[in-house]
Amino acid sequence: MIDVKNLTKRYGRMVAVDDISFHVDAGSIVGFLGPNGAGKSTTLKILTCFLSATVGKVTVAGHDVLSESVAVRQKTGYMPEAVSLYGEMRVGEYLMFRAGLREIPRRARRGAVEGAAQRCWLLQPEDMMRRRLGELSRGYQQRVGLADVLLHNPPVLVLDEPTIGLDPAQIRSMRELILSLRGDHTVILSSHILAEVEQICDYLIVIAGGKIAASGTPEALRKSVTGPSRIVAEVKGDPDAVMRGVGAMKGVRQVDQAAHGNWLRITIQGDENSDHRAEVAKLAAEKGWPLRELRKEVGSLEDFFIQITYKQSVQAAGEVSRL
Amino acid sequence: MRKTLILARRELAGYFFSPMAYVIGALFLLASGMWFFHAIFRSGHEASLRPLFEAMAYIMVFATPLLTMRLVSEEFRSGTIETLMTAPVTETQVILGKFLGVMGFYLALLAGTGFFLVLIAVYGQPDGGVAVMGYLGMVLLGAAFVSVGLFASTLTPYQLVAAIVSIAILSVFAIMMQLLTIHSPEPWNHLAAQLNTMTYFKDFSRGMFDTRGWIFFGSATALFLFLSVKMLESRRWR
Ligand SMILES: Nc1ncnc2c1ncn2[C@@H]1O[C@H](COP(=O)(O)OP(=O)(O)OP(=O)(O)O)[C@@H](O)[C@H]1O
Ligand SMILES: [Mg+2]
Repeated sequence: MIDVKNLTKRYGRMVAVDDISFHVDAGSIVGFLGPNGAGKSTTLKILTCFLSATVGKVTVAGHDVLSESVAVRQKTGYMPEAVSLYGEMRVGEYLMFRAGLREIPRRARRGAVEGAAQRCWLLQPEDMMRRRLGELSRGYQQRVGLADVLLHNPPVLVLDEPTIGLDPAQIRSMRELILSLRGDHTVILSSHILAEVEQICDYLIVIAGGKIAASGTPEALRKSVTGPSRIVAEVKGDPDAVMRGVGAMKGVRQVDQAAHGNWLRITIQGDENSDHRAEVAKLAAEKGWPLRELRKEVGSLEDFFIQITYKQSVQAAGEVSRL
Repeated sequence: MRKTLILARRELAGYFFSPMAYVIGALFLLASGMWFFHAIFRSGHEASLRPLFEAMAYIMVFATPLLTMRLVSEEFRSGTIETLMTAPVTETQVILGKFLGVMGFYLALLAGTGFFLVLIAVYGQPDGGVAVMGYLGMVLLGAAFVSVGLFASTLTPYQLVAAIVSIAILSVFAIMMQLLTIHSPEPWNHLAAQLNTMTYFKDFSRGMFDTRGWIFFGSATALFLFLSVKMLESRRWR
């Protein structure tokens, strides 16, 4: 549905997006993740024909963003990260205006506006549709922006940080709304918060410093994070004997110990996909060491995210210092 | 075309909500009224429309830039340009829509000067031909001035800068060329006269149907609208 090939965008001499390629299948929800200044918004603006790529080819719904820009825009709904609206217009009036631009036939406009307003929780305070956009709170402006995007029920939705500025209840509703779009819509959304997109997205693209740092399903990414297995155990026993016993196990790379009150906390790093929990339990039972904790640590995606984006910024800092 | 009209309607409605537009409108009517009464009651009760139209034309050099300065600049400043240009509308539709929107407000302003016409009818015999041609001239001149202002507002997100740029451009063609026509030596004064907006406008305000005026104002309008579209398109590449 969305196909990006060797996309590069420079603002003057500054490279914002550096030769990225990816593909988004129809009907999937893709999360675009990255730290500030990674190039997320820039990429999304190119997908929606707001900016032109410096180099590269982008097609959305089978149309080229350069040569068939109007066709692309008919099939997409784009919500920018900072939703700006015409302050003097009223909510309903604005949505009618947008429906007109979106080529909804005159007779269907009112229905489309009401449908979208309802989906975006804009019917709640009764006079909402008659309020002026300039007087709405940030979250309500966001909802109007979202309603605008859903008006013509486009096959492709591009949402730049859709939950920013929403209250927790709204964040949840937004998540449910996006999930309800799965299947007949292709959604691409950006975020800084991994925990949030992890639950909604079928596929994640992590971007840092204008490059794709990692991509895959949330599960695949999590697997790649864990890497070597890590087991944490707390026992009571002679430290030397414990270290010797555990160190003798097969596939153990490194054992660290730390005193925890009068308990001994050991961390075992083993080969990939190894699991020493059963052996540790057996050993403790044989030697009569009391055992109060034994668990396998799963690397969190959050760690991974920070790790790769941090790596990128260290690299960037290195480049700067070399200049 | 339909989308152009939708855009024009939003733009026009925006003017009726903007206090700035009312202030400019009031100042315009006040200034042209003052000039008008001054000219009429000084020059021996000659109830003529000519001074009225000429006064209005000069005031427009300063009034239209104030009306047009926000057109595109404000979209840039507030960021609404992003939602606007990601809707399925072309740059040409946006520019034409805005142009028609301001022209709507401009025509409303002109209609406001009908008051002076009534006064003249009460005091004397207004010349019907002069009235028709004068208003036609005002519309043509307004279209050209508005497109210059529209162009200036595609250059910058700052309304004030847009206003200053368009006042500068309009002053060159309406005031400086006038002075050059009078004061510069032989071949140059003819050139200046060719470029002088007021040369063409004066024919209209005397009740003459001037084809050269049509061509001058028409091509100026087309040129600046074209430049505005190109400026707006170039945004994507920056
Ligand atoms: N109009 C612009 N002119 C010049 N540089 C820009 C422009 N817009 C963005 N940049 C730069 O391009 C880089 C990428 O910006 P972008 O807005 O795409 O980041 P982002 O990933 O969306 O960040 P955030 O999470 O803060 O929204 C940044 O370094 C930014 O400074
Ligand atoms: Mg961003």
